[in-house]
Amino acid sequence: MSVRMPPADKAVLSRREEIVRALRAIVPGEGVISGDIEMRPYESDGLTAYRQLPMVVVLPSTTQQVSEVLRYCHQNRIKVVPRGAGTSLSGGALPLEDGVLLGMGKFSRIREIDYANRVVVAEPGVTNLGVSKAVEDDGFYYAPDPSSQIACTIGGNIAENSGGVHCLKYGMTTNNVLGCELVLMTGEILRIGGKHLDAGGYDLLGIITGSEGLLGVVTEITVRILKKPETARALLVGFPTSEDAGECVGRIIGAGIIPGGMEMMDKPAIHAVEEFVHAGYPLDVEALLIVELDGGKAEVDHLIERVEAIARACRASTLRISNNEEERLLFWAGRKAAFPAVGRISPDYYCMDGTIPRAQLPLVLARMREMSKKYDLQVANVFHAGDGNLHPLILYDANNPGELERAEAFGSDVLRLCVEVGGVLTGEHGVGVEKRDLMPAMFSEIDLNQQQRLKCAFDSEGLLNPGKVFPQLHRCAELGRMHVRAGKVAFPDIPRF
Amino acid sequence: MPDVLKPRDARDVENAVVWALAEGKRLDVVGQGSKRLLGRPSQTDLTLDLSALSGVTLYEPEELVLSARAGTPIAEIEKLVADKGQELAFEPLDYGPMLGLPSGRGTIGGVLAANLAGPRRIKAGAARDHFLGFSAVSGRGETFKSGGRVVKNVTGYDLCKLLAGSFGTLAVMTDVTIKTLPRAESEVSVMVLGLDDRQACVAMAEAMGSSCEVSGAAHLPAHLVMHFEGLKAQGQAATVLRLEGVGPSIAHRKSVLAAMMKRHGQVETLDETASRRLWRDIRDAAPFGHGLEADRALWRLSVPPARGFELGEMVSTGAQMFYDWAGGLIWIGMPQAEDAGALQLRDAVAILGGHATLIRAPAAMRAAVDVFEPQDNGVAALTKRVKESFDPRGILNPGRMWAGV
Ligand SMILES: Cc1cc2nc3c(=O)[nH]c(=O)nc-3n(C[C@H](O)[C@H](O)[C@H](O)COP(=O)(O)OP(=O)(O)OC[C@H]3O[C@@H](n4cnc5c(N)ncnc54)[C@H](O)[C@@H]3O)c2cc1C
Repeated sequence: MSVRMPPADKAVLSRREEIVRALRAIVPGEGVISGDIEMRPYESDGLTAYRQLPMVVVLPSTTQQVSEVLRYCHQNRIKVVPRGAGTSLSGGALPLEDGVLLGMGKFSRIREIDYANRVVVAEPGVTNLGVSKAVEDDGFYYAPDPSSQIACTIGGNIAENSGGVHCLKYGMTTNNVLGCELVLMTGEILRIGGKHLDAGGYDLLGIITGSEGLLGVVTEITVRILKKPETARALLVGFPTSEDAGECVGRIIGAGIIPGGMEMMDKPAIHAVEEFVHAGYPLDVEALLIVELDGGKAEVDHLIERVEAIARACRASTLRISNNEEERLLFWAGRKAAFPAVGRISPDYYCMDGTIPRAQLPLVLARMREMSKKYDLQVANVFHAGDGNLHPLILYDANNPGELERAEAFGSDVLRLCVEVGGVLTGEHGVGVEKRDLMPAMFSEIDLNQQQRLKCAFDSEGLLNPGKVFPQLHRCAELGRMHVRAGKVAFPDIPRF
Repeated sequence: MPDVLKPRDARDVENAVVWALAEGKRLDVVGQGSKRLLGRPSQTDLTLDLSALSGVTLYEPEELVLSARAGTPIAEIEKLVADKGQELAFEPLDYGPMLGLPSGRGTIGGVLAANLAGPRRIKAGAARDHFLGFSAVSGRGETFKSGGRVVKNVTGYDLCKLLAGSFGTLAVMTDVTIKTLPRAESEVSVMVLGLDDRQACVAMAEAMGSSCEVSGAAHLPAHLVMHFEGLKAQGQAATVLRLEGVGPSIAHRKSVLAAMMKRHGQVETLDETASRRLWRDIRDAAPFGHGLEADRALWRLSVPPARGFELGEMVSTGAQMFYDWAGGLIWIGMPQAEDAGALQLRDAVAILGGHATLIRAPAAMRAAVDVFEPQDNGVAALTKRVKESFDPRGILNPGRMWAGV
């Protein structure tokens, strides 16, 4: 598959050897990788359809090295692509032919665990699960839990503002970070936030979170940790129609209940999963809902009863309640294995990530069934039902000529549909290169230019991760230009006092 | 020359900014002006009054979402959602009384622009965490939008975060969308008596580190405790922990928490009514809003919670202070001083980490002393570049946060 990336800088490419030498002087030993074979593992991220070898891979292990690498690249106008574990599903870490791939994997230490302030200070290469593991013996955990949590890094989570099945109640990454150390493209090192709440000025941390590696390289992160809930129980509920399941979700929230997690799967997803993990999912239902309640035991027992009553009133055809931890985990096992399960029944799948206002679910599912016919490709749906984040998995076989292109076109149609019904292109996976060219479906040119002006405030030369997020790149000078009609605008016809 | 422009709709706002840009006029952007006394006095040529941009345009309780014109009174929104058993979970505080103004005023735009939060900040976040989308006019006179009406959204930069807490210095919001949440069925508070500030911070950290889901943790030292509703007769310091939720759950957590707190001091409980009243007073820093010592400079500090008590040991003895956010939020009235106590507090913050904001002081003082925490060179320069990327001519609330921003 090919995607238009910023044109390679021939002058930079012709100086490759010199550049590699200069980078080795900054990051000695095995920290610079320049052989094609050795660079292979870095040629793509979780969006494997796109591949590109970088000019060189650099694996720094100190903030000082990051700063020097960036300063050197800035002075020599060399592009840089940051990378964590490379699990991005939107191509955020896709290398550039004429760019340095800056792997943050060596930043893998937890610097501080501070229970009194309930924070962990970690380097960006620590895995998401690594943070929870570090504090689990004391009964704490880090709440955002992307399904990729064994592999993905906290740095990548910041860049993508990742979520997980528990973010309905506990928020996304952005709601759980307090501070970071950031290196700008110029090499300048900034500290933002700390162990306290809220910014004393502009919320720069809020902008860095979800900026897809375009604003700066994060070299340290302070996250909040929470005490594990006393207990958690789950309901596994099957429905004869997805409308019924959707109504149930709405009624639960309408009743003032915010479950720890609320996930939905459609029939194709249920079947794929059940064949794979044998979680005991019912096969004769159109939609399956997992609702997890967590908190104090008294509260959970009370809410389980209320959710059960709501589900029955919404015509649930099967309903099971977990009575122990083993059962609860079994309910989840299927959902958590949904991607690999689908990977088993199809040579390839393409994972989408739009968000819709929940009430639009039946309409969106119906339209998706039509598209499935039109493109002659199967689709299985898993859905963060509580917050409307939809993950249609489009099944295809890249070996069949044209199928990948069909899958992509199908995916684009799905995302446009999400926007059409009041939703957005991406709920948690990011824009990257994948949805870059769909951005105009959601934003006007003015909207996008304003976002790029903000990028200019961080990276005036546009050297950090260019070609991601924005469909069209502009020079900062051009974006900054303003047409002021001095003295030529009539006083507006507005009530005045 | 008019002093006040009062746009009727978003289109008018754009026209006003385009005109101001062409004429080189600087605008004082206000909703109802309820927080106008907060911040550095800006040098502006005229006021852009957004209070006519009013009305809730969408409210879907089951989708937990509400959209409104930026000038909609916050009181109207709070009433509307309360009627559906919901609330703004970030519990926006009311600066009115402490600024010497009536309570209950302000607009949703102002609530977001000031990134308001209340005691529940420690559990549910601040305005920033509930701000889903907006449409606004930049200082370039261009209408732009960001975000949407869904909770989960990572499409493009999260400009909502940036506008939250920017005090109208980047763009004029015309329409906003926020998240609403179910209101807890009930609440109670567990109160530990007689702790000093240090002991209180330890006790609050223990409570926050438990699975009791504490949704408010404040320490009211003996010298201020009598100024809080319901504690008039209370002679000793009170450390208060709030529990919210459904009845059976609260009862259970209350007994766990009370047992846990016993080793710190004498434990009492407050029922729902008393608890609600007290937390409203804590939210609005009532001791400083009752006209008490109104001539004191009032500061609001955010620091690492476990170190909050250290501040008390660092500032001069005449200071009056209490703690919210488990020790992380400190309201402090400083004895009269030439610099409003800025040097002392900022030195302390430099050691503890965090920031100090001067909330109430005469205009001359707010012009002379940094109202918002001074920033390191790098962050200050970045802040300036961010400002320029939205408002290159500096026509929106110039200097409200820092000189030159
Ligand atoms: C099977 C599977 C399941 C997944 N499930 C979820 C899910 O449930 N929820 C969810 O939100 N996501 C999910 N993802 C997506 C992905 O795991 C997340 O986006 C994750 O945060 C990426 O982390 P990473 O370390 O792999 O980052 P990478 O993929 O290496 O990079 C992602 C982006 O971050 C930037 N970046 C990385 N490190 C830094 C840094 N230190 N400083 C600045 N920028 C940096 C990169 O430039 C890139 O733009 C899933 C992915 C897979 C493969």
